[in-house]
Amino acid sequence: MSHVPVQTDAPRPMFDTDELVINMGPQHPSTHGVLRLVLRLDGEKVIDADIVIGYLHRGIEKLCENRDWTQIVLLTDRMDYVAAATNNLGYVETVEKLYSIEVPRRARYIRTLLSELQRVASHLVWLGTHAMDIGAVTVFLFCLRERELVLDLLEEYCGARLTLNSMRVGGQPFDLPPDWAKKVLAFCDIQDRKLPEYEHLLTQNRIWLERTRNIGVISAAEAIGIGLCGPPLRASGVNRDVRKDEPYAAYSEFEFDIPIGTRGDTYDRYLVRLEEIRQSLRIIRQAVAGLPEGPVMAKVPRLIKPPAGETYHAIEAPKGELGYFIASDGKSVSPYRFRVRPPSFCNLQALPRLVKGHLVADVVALIGTIDIVLGEVDR
Amino acid sequence: MIEAVIFPLIKIVIVFAAVLVAVMYVVLLERKVQAWVQVRLGPMRVGPHGLLQPIADALKLFVKEDITPVRADKWVFTAAPVIVLVPALIAFAVIPFANQLSLFGYTIPGRVADVNVGLLYIVSVASIGIYGIILGGWSSNSKYPLLASLRASAQLISYEIAVTMTLVTVIMLAGTLSMVGIVNAQLAKGWWFAFAQPVAFFIYFVGGLAETNRAPFDLPEAEQELVGGFHTEYSGMRFAFFFLAEYANMIVVSSVATTLFFGGWLAPFPNVSWLSWLGYIPGWAWFGIKTFVFLYVFLWVRATLPRYRYDQLMRLGWKWLIPLAILNVVVTGFLKVLL
Repeated sequence: MSHVPVQTDAPRPMFDTDELVINMGPQHPSTHGVLRLVLRLDGEKVIDADIVIGYLHRGIEKLCENRDWTQIVLLTDRMDYVAAATNNLGYVETVEKLYSIEVPRRARYIRTLLSELQRVASHLVWLGTHAMDIGAVTVFLFCLRERELVLDLLEEYCGARLTLNSMRVGGQPFDLPPDWAKKVLAFCDIQDRKLPEYEHLLTQNRIWLERTRNIGVISAAEAIGIGLCGPPLRASGVNRDVRKDEPYAAYSEFEFDIPIGTRGDTYDRYLVRLEEIRQSLRIIRQAVAGLPEGPVMAKVPRLIKPPAGETYHAIEAPKGELGYFIASDGKSVSPYRFRVRPPSFCNLQALPRLVKGHLVADVVALIGTIDIVLGEVDR
Repeated sequence: MIEAVIFPLIKIVIVFAAVLVAVMYVVLLERKVQAWVQVRLGPMRVGPHGLLQPIADALKLFVKEDITPVRADKWVFTAAPVIVLVPALIAFAVIPFANQLSLFGYTIPGRVADVNVGLLYIVSVASIGIYGIILGGWSSNSKYPLLASLRASAQLISYEIAVTMTLVTVIMLAGTLSMVGIVNAQLAKGWWFAFAQPVAFFIYFVGGLAETNRAPFDLPEAEQELVGGFHTEYSGMRFAFFFLAEYANMIVVSSVATTLFFGGWLAPFPNVSWLSWLGYIPGWAWFGIKTFVFLYVFLWVRATLPRYRYDQLMRLGWKWLIPLAILNVVVTGFLKVLL
C-alpha cells in the first residue's frame, strides 16, 4: 500500500470527499512503544491500516549467532522485556532439547514458578495500559502496584527486576532464597484480593462494555488463518495452549484450566486474560505446595557445545506461543542459526484486519487488546 | 461616584484574581484527587504537600518557548486561545457569590452585576468559547488537531442543546432569568430546584461534563487517541490559556449548578431549628462549599470512568439527553399549568 494518496489530473467533482491519511506513531502515546501505523480515514472511520515496524530492530537473532550459548540467555531478556523469564525459559529448553539434557525436577518447578509470576506481571501491564488507552487511568496504577510486588519477588530471586537472566542451560543458577516461597503465597493472596478491584472498575462498567463489546471481532477460523496465538486465539474460541498441548517445564504436574472466549471480541480477550491471571495464581500455589527437594542444576559441561542438529521448541509466553528454532553445527561455540517466532509479531498481523471499519478511538483499544511488545516484534 | 464606579472595579479585580487563583488550585486539586484515588501522593515537592505547585507550573509555562507552526494561520492561531479564555472568565460577571456583604458601613451586593438576562448571558458567552476550540484546531494546520476540533464542535453544540433545555425548566420554575432572582425564587419556594427538578439537574450535570470536555467525554483532547487534541500544536502561555479556560469552565459549570439547583449562597435546612447555627456561616462560604463539591465530583468521575467513543457520545446526546430534556420541559409546563 502506498503511503501517499494518488494524485490525478482528472477534474474533481464539486462535492468531493477526501481520504485522510494520518500517521500514528512511532512516537504516539498509545502505540505501546515504537509501533507506527499509517491509517487511511474516511472521517473518523478507518478504511485501511498499514503497519510499519522495525524502529526497535537490534538484530538480536544475528547477535545470538555470535555469542556463546550462555550469553544468549541475557539477549533473550531484551525481546519481550515485560516478560523476560518466559523468554529465558523458551531458549534454555530449546538448547536442552538439542543437547538432550535432563533438568532436575526442582529446577523445572522453579522455572514454572518464575514464568507464571512473569505471566501475572505481564498481564497486569497489559491490563493497565489497555485500560489507560480507553481512558481508565486508575486501573493502570492499580495494576502496576501489584506488578511491583512480582518484580520484588523476581528481584529477590535473581537480583534483577526487568531483564532477569534467570535461567541457565541445564537448570537454574540459584536455589530459592529462604522464605521466598512464603512470600510468593502472600503475593497470591494479595493478588486474589485485588483482582475484584479491577473488575469492579471495568467488567460491568457500561462505558467499558460499549468500548470493548463487538470491537475487533475475529472468528476462530480466521484467527487460525492469520496465525494468532495466545490469549487472542483463545478468546476466539480455539482451545490451544502449549502448556496443556505440549507440556514443558513442570506443567504436566499441575491442574489448571484454559479460559476460552466465545465471541472473539476485545471484551472476551479482556476476560480471558483476567481468568489467566487467576489460573496462574492457581498454578503458583500448586507449585509452591509441591516443590520437590534436590539439586537445581544438571551436570552440564563447562563449555556448552551442543551436537550438530536443529530443533524447534515452543512455550506459552504471556503473549502467546513463543518458539525458538536453533541450529547447531556441533563445532563452534555459538548457534549456527538462531530464529525466534515471537507471539507479538504474529498477533500484530491481525491488526489491519481488526481495525478495518472501526473508528480512530478503537484503533488504540485494538492495539492494546492484542498485547504487543515492540522489543519482541522487531528483535 | 464611589458606589457606581470604584466598588464595581474593585469587585471585578477581586473576582478576576480569585477566579484565576481558584483555577490554578483546581489544577492542583485535580492532580491531588487523582493521585489519592490511584494510591499515589501527587505533587509533593514544591511547598508543603505541593501547595506551591500551581505557581511553579505557571512560571514554567511563562518561560516556555512560544511556538507558532510555520504553516499555521498566524492570526487565527494567536486569537484562538484568547477566544477560549475570555468568555470563560467573563461568565463570572453575573454569578452571585453571596447575597450582600457589609463592609465599612457600605452594603455591597455579592456579585459583579445582576443582569436581568443573566442566564441567557451565561449561555451565550459559554458558546463563544467553542469558536476558539474550532479555530485553534483548524488554524494549527495539522491533522490530529483538526480531527479533535471537528469532534469538539459536534460535541459541544449537541450537548449545549440539552443543557439549555434544562435551563428552560429552571426559568419556568423561577419566572426570571436573573441569577439573583433564581436564588431568591428558591428562597421563596423553600426548597432548592435540584429537588424540584432532579431530571433537569442530572441532564445539566452530564451535559456540563461534556461541555467542559471532561472525562468521560474528553474526546477532543483524548491524549491516547489524538495525542493532545486541539491544543497539540500549542505551547507556552497559549497552551496555558486553553488549560486555564478548561478549568475556568469547570468552575463556571459548577457555580451555575450551585446557583440554579442548589440555592446559591443559601444555607441548607433554614427551617430545622437545631440546625439553625448553619445560618451563621456566611453566604459566600456556602457558595464555595457547594461549588467545591461539584468540582470534586468532576475530578472523581475523571479518575473512575473510561472514555466514551465519539459515536457513542453523539448517540447519548441526541438520542437520550435531548429528548429527555425536551420531555422534562413539557412535563414541567403541564404541571405548572395544572398545579
